[in-house]
Amino acid sequence: MELLLAVAIGLLTGCGVLLLLRGRTFAVMLGLTMLSYAVNLFIFVSGGLTAGAGAVLGATARYADPLPQALVLTAIVIGFAMTAFLVVLAIRSRAELGHDELDNQRAPKRGMP
Amino acid sequence: MVSILPWILSAPLFGIALLLCFRQLSRNQQTWIALAAPAFGLLLLAPLIPQLLQGEVLQQQWQWLPLLGLQWTLRLDALALLFVLLIFGIGLLVIFYARYYLSPKDPMGRFYACLLLFMQAMLGIVLSGNVLQLWLFWELTSVSSFLLISYWSHRSDARKGARLALTVTAAGGLALLVGLVLLGQVAGSYQLDVILSKGPEIVAHAQYPLILILVLLGAFTKSAQFPFHFWLPNAMAAPTPVSAYLHSATMVKAGIFLLIRLYPALAGTDLWFSLVSLAGLLTLLTGAYFALFQHDIKGLLAYSTISHLGLITLLLGLDTDLATVAAIFHIINHAVFKASLFMAAGIIDHETGSRDMRKINGLWHFMPVTASLAMVAAAAMAGVPLLNGFLSKEMFFSQTLHQSVLGSLSWLLPLLATIAAMFSVAYSARFIHDVFFNGKPIGLDKTPHEPPRYMRVPMEILVALCIGVGLFPQWLVGDILLAASTAALQQAPPAYSLALWHGVNLPLVMSAVAFFAGIVLYINRKQLFLFQAGFQSTLAIYRFEGLVQRLVYACRRFSQWAEPGRLQWYIAIILWAMVLLAGYPLLQLADLQGPRPAMAADLLTAALLLVMVLAAVATVLWQRQRLLALIMVSVVGLMLSLLFIRFSAPDLALTQLAVEVATAVLLMLALYFLPHRSPKQSAHSTLLRDLVLAGACAIVVGSLAYLMLTQKVDSVSAYFLANAKSGGGGTNVVNVILVDFRGFDTFGEITVLGIAALGIYKLLTGIPRFKPSADADGRSWALDAHPLLLRVVSQGLLPLALLVSVYIFFRGHNLPGGGFVAGLVTAIALILQYIAHGVDWVKPRLNLQFSALIASGILIAGLTGAFSWLFGKPFLTSWFDYFQVPLLGQIELASAMAFDLGVYLTVVGSTLLILANLGKLTTRYKPEHKEQA
Repeated sequence: MELLLAVAIGLLTGCGVLLLLRGRTFAVMLGLTMLSYAVNLFIFVSGGLTAGAGAVLGATARYADPLPQALVLTAIVIGFAMTAFLVVLAIRSRAELGHDELDNQRAPKRGMP
Repeated sequence: MVSILPWILSAPLFGIALLLCFRQLSRNQQTWIALAAPAFGLLLLAPLIPQLLQGEVLQQQWQWLPLLGLQWTLRLDALALLFVLLIFGIGLLVIFYARYYLSPKDPMGRFYACLLLFMQAMLGIVLSGNVLQLWLFWELTSVSSFLLISYWSHRSDARKGARLALTVTAAGGLALLVGLVLLGQVAGSYQLDVILSKGPEIVAHAQYPLILILVLLGAFTKSAQFPFHFWLPNAMAAPTPVSAYLHSATMVKAGIFLLIRLYPALAGTDLWFSLVSLAGLLTLLTGAYFALFQHDIKGLLAYSTISHLGLITLLLGLDTDLATVAAIFHIINHAVFKASLFMAAGIIDHETGSRDMRKINGLWHFMPVTASLAMVAAAAMAGVPLLNGFLSKEMFFSQTLHQSVLGSLSWLLPLLATIAAMFSVAYSARFIHDVFFNGKPIGLDKTPHEPPRYMRVPMEILVALCIGVGLFPQWLVGDILLAASTAALQQAPPAYSLALWHGVNLPLVMSAVAFFAGIVLYINRKQLFLFQAGFQSTLAIYRFEGLVQRLVYACRRFSQWAEPGRLQWYIAIILWAMVLLAGYPLLQLADLQGPRPAMAADLLTAALLLVMVLAAVATVLWQRQRLLALIMVSVVGLMLSLLFIRFSAPDLALTQLAVEVATAVLLMLALYFLPHRSPKQSAHSTLLRDLVLAGACAIVVGSLAYLMLTQKVDSVSAYFLANAKSGGGGTNVVNVILVDFRGFDTFGEITVLGIAALGIYKLLTGIPRFKPSADADGRSWALDAHPLLLRVVSQGLLPLALLVSVYIFFRGHNLPGGGFVAGLVTAIALILQYIAHGVDWVKPRLNLQFSALIASGILIAGLTGAFSWLFGKPFLTSWFDYFQVPLLGQIELASAMAFDLGVYLTVVGSTLLILANLGKLTTRYKPEHKEQA
């Protein structure tokens, strides 16, 4: 199971990085989202894998590690905010520059379709 | 008595403060204020003089950085007294002189403030009893001299000269800092007393050569010693009072002062003698030689100053105590005659409008009084008998006879000294003859005349001193010279006599030879000028500026290379760094497999993971068809939330699910504004390069994950599990961690969330309006009203969804749920209304101020935390108790719930602010609706 998870995390990271390196803003957003999935999963499993354990005190004798969960929970929400920021940056950049290329700082072209 | 010291030190500071406060005063009033500062200082100093001459050392300390063993120490001994007298005395005269020198157009207050700042810095140097404190003031002299040299900042030569001076002296200052720090470490203290008393130990230490070289670098750059002398002639762009003060009496003497001050600690070795005497000798000769060829009066004086500074340095490098006495004596004499000469140059410049000696001739007829004064001072510079320069030069000559620094070639030194003196006579003769005689002025703009009466007064005082010291040396300066030398050497100097006549001896013969040879040299100067004209000389200032330009260019090239303004490049650099930094330790490991027993793989989880990975790969493959890619990403997120359930994290699964919905809405909106397809396929080489990097990242991160997964974990979580119920009052440990144990983190996180949302709002305001009218295939967007079915269903869902979110919020403390999830559910339920009905429908019905929601959320969370202060507890200390309520039974109230409410409100506000504002852009622009945050 550990091996499967590790491979999955690695592949998610690889896909995220590949998308992150594309030249268009939308791909970068997808890449960042993917990368944050990978990172969240990575942090989450840092407490070790626990299946069928209780999440709430008193229910079972075994508990999953709560600390990584707490860390990841806020990370998910903040990750959303950061993705949203990036999205809006991309939209603004399209609106100002008239294209969605990352590294092309062409002069603003008004009167878009 | 001792408590006068800080007042003496801060006398100029009061002047600066007054000048800055009363900027509207007239020029005369400003002059009076500026004059008051050094006069006040001198007044305070006067009663201390007798005891200081007795050899007493006044010292006062304050704790500065006690943990580092640093004390702020003021220390006044006879050597410092001599310098304080020079600083205050010449400062007083220069301020008075500047009143007449500066034109009404020049800002007087700024000039005096800078001059007093400089005076402050110099006082700090000489009064410091701690070497780091000394260094601080040392740098302040560099800065304030920069301000003074560039006083006429509209002039290019002033700016360049100031820059050059600052660069050279500040670079030397940095070397000095390192030297002083090392010195302090070797001596065990930064206190001057301790360092002076540990001379033998310092000299014997292995780091001594390094310390010496660094300290000498600092001193030599400041005192314009060869090969760092070139900044001084360029600093002549300063107003002449500045030159009279900084470049004759004070700043350039700071380096000399440092050498004398540290003489007991650093001198006495062969290294000291060879370095110091060699630098001094070369400076003496180059300065004297080049002074003769300057056409600018101030340039001549500048090179002459360099030469005399070299003379003093050379004296310090001769291994006799008497040489140090001669050095101190020459410091006084040089300050007096050079300041008066600079003042003469200023008067000439002022009254003729030129400083070019090829134009200014025959001024004797126009300003006989000034000419007489200047001639006396120039004679003192040349070392003519009956004047002060003669005495110290005689002492210098006799010292060159009694040394052995050059070994068997030591006889060279008196010869070279005589040659330097000869040039000194020649350039003094040129100063006198070329300016005051030698025909008539050529091409001057105005007819020269005597300066205002009082402009001459400072010169008269200084010239009187030249003659007075020349005639009655013992009576005028004998006491202070002896006391200062004793303080400098930390022991009484050998016997010497200050007198005009020592009988016919070798030094007198050397003087006579130098005098007559110098006159002959001046008369036959034509040949020498022709010889000198044969050299191609680029001015130091242009070389320096060229160097600066090249440096700037190189830096720009480098930063253009390192920062090409391409995001992909930056990302790649960061990721490669990550791969290398994380990958290298992996190479050191023998085995990734840890001791933790593996969990058996089950089919369901494996299937989840497979779908997730396939969806991720599909996202990459289909990334140019963006809608498809978006769906695939959502699949990944969905699988992730299922995985969270599988591994016992219901809270995470709930959050991930809710965020997934919000993210999908967000990306759909993004897609509306962005092109729906990526038209261009990356070049194969780019793709290969990115694949390599992605593969490397995948391998490193996957390996790390595996390594981590198979290790035995020993985390702090056991503490949280044990104390969640008893300490935090909740059974949902994750929630208790969020709102209680790590509440401060959460507080920061919701703040970040709010800031991100506000940033997005700011980015969306004033965005140029553009609305795509058709999709990528040319199909126009549907203009239909919102679908009926969705409208009806969403309206029915809203109360239910709100109820669910309230439920999730309240059970959060004990069961999966909490503020984050509840906030997301509420936000999504409201967003659904926007989607189903449009902004125009929602706005009149639900007029929420999103930014107010965010603000109140953060405020509630913050106040909850601050509430515990009322009970004398630290921020965010939680409280909970159980109450019996009729009908409901036992309920729990906890301060953490109020905190969670803050989290809830912030999440609702932020999510809505982001999505609703973005969504609003898709609707037709209606000017009557005001933007809403």
